[in-house]
Amino acid sequence: MKGSRAEEKIMSGCAISGILNRKGNRFSGEEIIDSIALMHDRSNGLGGGFAAYGIYPEFKEQYAIHMFYDDLDAKEEVDYFLNRHFNIVVAEKIPTREVDKVSNPPIIWRYFATPNEQKLAESGLADDEYVAQSVMNINANYRGAFVVSSGKNMGVFKGVGYPEDIGEFYKLEEYEAYLWTAHGRFPTNTPGWWGGAHPFTLLDWSIVHNGEISSYGANKRYLEMFGYKCTMQTDTEAITYLFDLMLRKHKLSLESAVKAVAAPLWSQIERMEPKEKKIVTTIRTIYGNALLNGPFSIILGHKDGFLALNDRIKLRPLVVAEDKERTYVASEESAIREICPEPEKVWTPRGGEPVIGLLEGRRGV
Amino acid sequence: MSLDYKVPEFIIERDRDKCIDCQVCERQCANQVHIYDQDLEKMVAQDIDCVNCQRCVKLCPTNALTIRENPSEYKKNKNWTGNMIENIQKQAASGGILLTGMGNPTAKKIYWDHILLNASQVTNPSIDPLREPMELKTFLGRKPDQIEFDESGELKDLPPQLELDIPIMFGAMSFGSISINACKSLAQAASDLGLMYNTGEGGFHEDLYQHGERTIVQVASGRFGVHNEYLNAGAAVEIKVGQGAKPGIGGHLPGEKVGAEVSKTRMIPKGSDALSPAPHHDIYSIEDLRQLIYALKEATDYKKPVSVKIAAVHNVAAIATGIASAGADIIAIDGYRGGTGAAPTMIRDNVGIPVELALAAVDDRLRQEELRKNVSLVVSGSIRNSADIVKAIALGADAVYVASAALISLGCHMCQKCYTGKCNWGIATQRPELVKRLNPEVGAQRVKNLITGWSHEIKEILGGMGINALESLRGNRLMLRGIDLTDKELEILGIKHAGK
Amino acid sequence: MAVIDAQGVYYRELNQRIKELLARGEREITLNNINGQRYIGDGLTEQAKLIINGTPGNDLAAFGNGAELVINGNGQDGIANTMNGGQIIIHGSVGDTLGYSMRGGEVYVKGDVGYRVGIHMKGYQDKQPLIIIGGTAGDFFGEYMAGGRMILLGLDRAEAQDIVGNYVGAGMHGGVIYIRGQVEDYQVGQEVKISGLDEDDRKELKGYLSGYCQEFDYDLEEVLNAEFCKLAPCSARPYGNLYAY
Ligand code: SF4
Ligand code: SF4
Repeated sequence: MKGSRAEEKIMSGCAISGILNRKGNRFSGEEIIDSIALMHDRSNGLGGGFAAYGIYPEFKEQYAIHMFYDDLDAKEEVDYFLNRHFNIVVAEKIPTREVDKVSNPPIIWRYFATPNEQKLAESGLADDEYVAQSVMNINANYRGAFVVSSGKNMGVFKGVGYPEDIGEFYKLEEYEAYLWTAHGRFPTNTPGWWGGAHPFTLLDWSIVHNGEISSYGANKRYLEMFGYKCTMQTDTEAITYLFDLMLRKHKLSLESAVKAVAAPLWSQIERMEPKEKKIVTTIRTIYGNALLNGPFSIILGHKDGFLALNDRIKLRPLVVAEDKERTYVASEESAIREICPEPEKVWTPRGGEPVIGLLEGRRGV
Repeated sequence: MSLDYKVPEFIIERDRDKCIDCQVCERQCANQVHIYDQDLEKMVAQDIDCVNCQRCVKLCPTNALTIRENPSEYKKNKNWTGNMIENIQKQAASGGILLTGMGNPTAKKIYWDHILLNASQVTNPSIDPLREPMELKTFLGRKPDQIEFDESGELKDLPPQLELDIPIMFGAMSFGSISINACKSLAQAASDLGLMYNTGEGGFHEDLYQHGERTIVQVASGRFGVHNEYLNAGAAVEIKVGQGAKPGIGGHLPGEKVGAEVSKTRMIPKGSDALSPAPHHDIYSIEDLRQLIYALKEATDYKKPVSVKIAAVHNVAAIATGIASAGADIIAIDGYRGGTGAAPTMIRDNVGIPVELALAAVDDRLRQEELRKNVSLVVSGSIRNSADIVKAIALGADAVYVASAALISLGCHMCQKCYTGKCNWGIATQRPELVKRLNPEVGAQRVKNLITGWSHEIKEILGGMGINALESLRGNRLMLRGIDLTDKELEILGIKHAGK
Repeated sequence: MAVIDAQGVYYRELNQRIKELLARGEREITLNNINGQRYIGDGLTEQAKLIINGTPGNDLAAFGNGAELVINGNGQDGIANTMNGGQIIIHGSVGDTLGYSMRGGEVYVKGDVGYRVGIHMKGYQDKQPLIIIGGTAGDFFGEYMAGGRMILLGLDRAEAQDIVGNYVGAGMHGGVIYIRGQVEDYQVGQEVKISGLDEDDRKELKGYLSGYCQEFDYDLEEVLNAEFCKLAPCSARPYGNLYAY
């Protein structure tokens, strides 16, 4: 038994870390493992994971679909679905190595694929929406199967264990990415399910998240009205969908989306310039149920960079640093200094103040 | 006329050692229960006319009075209770419809009392609302699906919204059913607190126009005092289709309550009955409701949100969906424990459903139909305290209407005799000598005190949950657990049982 | 005088254009090719004249308060809903619920009217709404009527056609209905008393009808020269004894 999806809300505490090379130069997974490993005591061995952007340049036109399967039956069913709905260029096992502290892995597979043209045309959907709906369909309806990630030229590697062990398990030193994010998990209950580890993703979005959101029930029911199915009972899933809704579907700017999830207080809005006040009031009025309430710090990864954000009254830690080429974020400063002893700049953002790290030349995620 | 078999419902006990025969009670009781007997040279009481409004008790300077239920009992019978027998006697004597006031007092399940709230321990912190920000601001009105910009990239205006500092509004109580001083108290409190007050269907008294920005003007089937100026005088317009205390029935303000001021405000002749038809005669179907909603929007140039208030009845979820798609900006649902100035007892006690179940069902259905994000939902029908409000919002309401509780803060003692027009507390009466007992400034202060207390409590509860903005509680049923509820009830409420 | 061609124009745009013209000081607007647009004249308080050519939609002049509307054609349902003032002249017939809760102003209908006309019409002080109907009316005429005047003439009707349906004045507790002809006891609500006209009534009737006859080119004396009956409420408190206290 590989563990199973939770029936009730999962609560957990965590460590997060992220490194972006703003020039787009790629580097191996070793540093991010070192960074997250330093915060070992913030996790309890029940989940670790990494998102890596830029790792599949040879397949950058295809969606890279990472999968977990409980058994071969589950794989067979999903293979059938994928074969009907996608043109698969490569399907292969994701290479792993034996690691003492990582046991009971599921069947881990990846596909590089594009939507089947005819099915896509029939659906009348845009590429990305077609993929997003396929992902949610698999996650909701295919027992024993779970989509780990589904973006282009990126992938998520996660599992049950400490993050450094998971990194070793997946041989991350062999991958090169320009953006890495990582997560070490401390759940209060023990579902021991590989799919439940972070990062959580949809298309290019990946989220690592520290904290527990008290607004989950409100966020989840809000998302359901837009067709999202929150099947995982985790905050992270809900946060991912919220960003997907606002950024991809509603085309909000990143700044506007931040004003929704970490809305300024009404008393602050009161003091704003009339124009800004109107915008923020409108956002808060429409997207009230998208407010993430309670302690959190998150790193939202994307092909163009990342957004790091903590809650508006700063109940979770977040540190940022910069050197010539790179931007670092982490739960603790030491996790940055471990891999970059002398950054040019180190600061702690204020509650609700977004930190946006972008590849040079990109205007926003 | 034959014997009417009436016995006193209440017994008045006067402590002779304490009574100083000051006759305060005599002056205070509009039911003329207390009389100073010249021959006996002492106060006597006619128990039979006492309604137990506690006025004399509270005003007696020596605390000499106690009112008790008449201890005389009928032979025990679970079926033919004393109450049943007395109702039949009353009707046998008069041939009339049993009339009553205020909300349903019967011992049916109160779901609020079977719902428990959550609090944070360890995994996320509770918040201390006295020192950290805690936001209760709420906007009622139609919301677009997403933020919208015009061609030039300018942010489009939102449809009109009511801005509430606390998610509480004073429910519809007309001038006529309650006194002008009660209206003034509520309107003033709403203005001072940043809430809304609702005119009910009795028109808008000129003294209250100053509170227009904090007023919802109601359009009911009788259309009393409804005209263009009235519609534009408030901040929102509410179409009253039904009321929890008497779903499906019209209203009837007896002519004796239609004095000069009520006549002027309702724009009907003095002394005539004010009859509200059971239906709006321009709404016989859902498309007609749409027609009226838009007639009101046209008359107010689309500047005011339009609310539609209905009673919680069996298929309330489907009705609410229809209302949302008919163009209402706000849906108000009044549960079967809601109060009223006058209602037939059989209707009040037997028609409609509890607002808790109605709310859960409506919120669910509106979400299934993907309409809940666009339309606001307000509930009422016996919101008794701040915990009820928190539970309502977690079940899915945007705000609540509070009415009976506001009247209690003004002095109402729930004697349920509002329909007699002899309210000793100056609330449900139009008699000048009684009305003046309620000082509107003192009244406003008492209502404000109540709501201020409640808002502190709401903030404490939210803080305990680790939430610092009300929108994160809205529809967040994970914050609720049931106790002593069946699987079916839990399913309808969409909550888990405590312990799960 | 402004003219709007309303062919294919949705009501919201049409009414906005009317309001804009009025705001600019226009006092007379002709609306051509009207067909089904709702809420024309809704909530208008201006002293202005709208000439409507075609069939206006429901809730014509709802919440109206001053404007004059002339309809060259038939009207639909809900005309003069909760109207407070103004005048509506209809050179045709209209549908149901004309003058619901109307409190002021006048409505002249040349032809017939549908069900529940003048329902819950009320009068208050100087506001006494008036509805005059040249043809016949359906059931529940003047139901709940609480004030104002309704005059039903039944001119030019077929021999066998009743001037009015049943339940006339059910729940009536104010106002007066004049009917040119007879109604049977069974046709009226139990709250209504039927009587003949006295001198004062005749004077009042003549006053009301002179404007109407002028408008539609009837001979006033001829219209008056018939037997009328008067329907008035038995009591302003029809349900005083309904309740057991
Ligand atoms: S009706 Fe009220 S005031 Fe009168 S005796 Fe009873 S309790 Fe006292
Ligand atoms: S408002 Fe007055 S009459 Fe009505 S229940 Fe309260 S105290 Fe009694």
